[in-house]
Amino acid sequence: MVKLRNVIACLLMAASLSPALAQTQPQAQTKAPDKLPVVASFSILGDFVRQVGGDRIKLDVLVQPGGDAHVYSPTPSDSRKLAAARVIFVNGIRFEGWMDRLVRSSGAKAAVITATTGIKPLTMIDHHPGHGLTAPDPHAWQDIANAKIYVANVRDALAKADPAGAETYRANAQAYLGKLDGLEQEVREAMAKIPPERRRIITSHDAFGYFGAAYGLQLISPQGISTDSEASAQDVARIIRQIRQEKIPAVFVENISDPRLSERIAQETGAKIGGTLYSDSLSPPDGPAGTYIDMVRHNIRELTKALGV
Amino acid sequence: MRACGVSVIYDTFLGPFIEFEFMRRALVGACALAIAGSPLGVFLILRRMALTGDAMAHAILPGAALGYLVAGLSLPAMTIGGLAAGFTVALAAGVIARLTALREDASLAGFYLISLALGVVIVSARGSNVDLLHVLFGSVLALDDATLLLLASIATITLVVLAVGYRALAMETLDPGFLSSVSGAGAPTQLIFLALVVLNLVGGFHALGTLLAVGVMMLPAASARLWSADITRMTAIAIGIGLVSSYFGLLFSYHYSLPAGPMIILMAGVVHFVSLVFGQAGGLLRNAFARGRHLEA
Repeated sequence: MVKLRNVIACLLMAASLSPALAQTQPQAQTKAPDKLPVVASFSILGDFVRQVGGDRIKLDVLVQPGGDAHVYSPTPSDSRKLAAARVIFVNGIRFEGWMDRLVRSSGAKAAVITATTGIKPLTMIDHHPGHGLTAPDPHAWQDIANAKIYVANVRDALAKADPAGAETYRANAQAYLGKLDGLEQEVREAMAKIPPERRRIITSHDAFGYFGAAYGLQLISPQGISTDSEASAQDVARIIRQIRQEKIPAVFVENISDPRLSERIAQETGAKIGGTLYSDSLSPPDGPAGTYIDMVRHNIRELTKALGV
Repeated sequence: MRACGVSVIYDTFLGPFIEFEFMRRALVGACALAIAGSPLGVFLILRRMALTGDAMAHAILPGAALGYLVAGLSLPAMTIGGLAAGFTVALAAGVIARLTALREDASLAGFYLISLALGVVIVSARGSNVDLLHVLFGSVLALDDATLLLLASIATITLVVLAVGYRALAMETLDPGFLSSVSGAGAPTQLIFLALVVLNLVGGFHALGTLLAVGVMMLPAASARLWSADITRMTAIAIGIGLVSSYFGLLFSYHYSLPAGPMIILMAGVVHFVSLVFGQAGGLLRNAFARGRHLEA
């Protein structure tokens, strides 16, 4: 009996795997002879890859705009995309915990490139007991200086996988890095206009650690390290007390956490409710934060609106 | 010394509610749910429909999800959607039971499973699974004015309707044949009762989420049954247990940093286990004692 069941399980597994295996070879060779198939784990990283790769690549992004990469559950079509890819870009620093297993189970042969290679991770404080006190913070892209390292890593990886296009990738990256320099300048000027004692916000998700460290913004979060833990009454009470004591001027609702909680905290403290800040994902292309540069510009505009005098 | 003791008691038991408005709101919301939900739970148990509440709670999900899809985390949209889906399933289950070979519990089971699956699919269509968690687990710590008003209105409506229809409902519960033989109030009574259940589940869903909204309705009622077999006394005991669980659940969430909604239900669970063992009307000890006496005699 047990044996029979094992046999059936093996057959089912083989059946489910074989289409994925069968598709890898033809797709890589016939369907995309000129375009390099590339996968990026989430939308912001995807934008860097698109800027550098341009027309030479066929890009698939796994976690779509608005989705949360911390707790994403992959679909079978993700496995297929990975199996067909020549280069796979991940953020690393334990941002996409589900990615390693997915890459292994998809049978992907592509090089997995960690886009944060060369970035020294900041640590973030974890409020919840049992999680340990600190953990490396994966949201490195919020510092534009780090974004440039992402872009350089993407450029080098693409050039290695597709040497014929190396020159194009280099030129694209060069132009984009120039834009990022301009963006960094914009952000510094905007922050300088906010009085120092007002450079403090509370957001419902602590993804802005790098932004805060780079541009002098203090951040307080009502929730722990990840969006998957539910806030307790103690968490909420602690943050309300802190806003009152330190007179924090604004509360920001994030695009992927519970907005009701932020609103309650704002009500109870008289802090201003800021607009939506984009942190972990871009908006859809027609939204206010369709690209990385638009996202940073949007965020700095919202910050200035809530904190400026 | 004495003053110190008093201030510790104050800080532990009253301080959180005096210092923080969100704690007061959570308490008021949970109490409203307990006061209206517990009597309904008592009737559900006496009518052997204890699992109906659970089924109805799942049935609400696709409606709430549709509301969410249209308007985001909007109170009116999700309330209307939830009510519509709940009423539809309740009515449809009754109609199917009358027209086909399926009994009411079987058709209800079929409908609620379909509803649940549909609800999860609809929420996922919006893109994020974090949103689904908010829909499934509610936010008792983030009750705004509109939600509190909704909870209070539902409690008021429930209590008024129960007060008016108490006699008919009790009669129909204890002897369904009798009421339909002396008047035509049998079927309407059942329908109005189910409508109240749906109403309370939709209210509870905003505070505790679809999965736990049933808990505050059924657990206190099931515990109360172990202390008394009299409907009126069961109702009073159930409400008492609901209120105590709400208060201590929030207190535990505050002092030990645990999620608030589940803690309220767990407190009711603790009371339930105590009742199972010590209940005066059919608890474990009581039954063992009664059996011993029979054997002796």
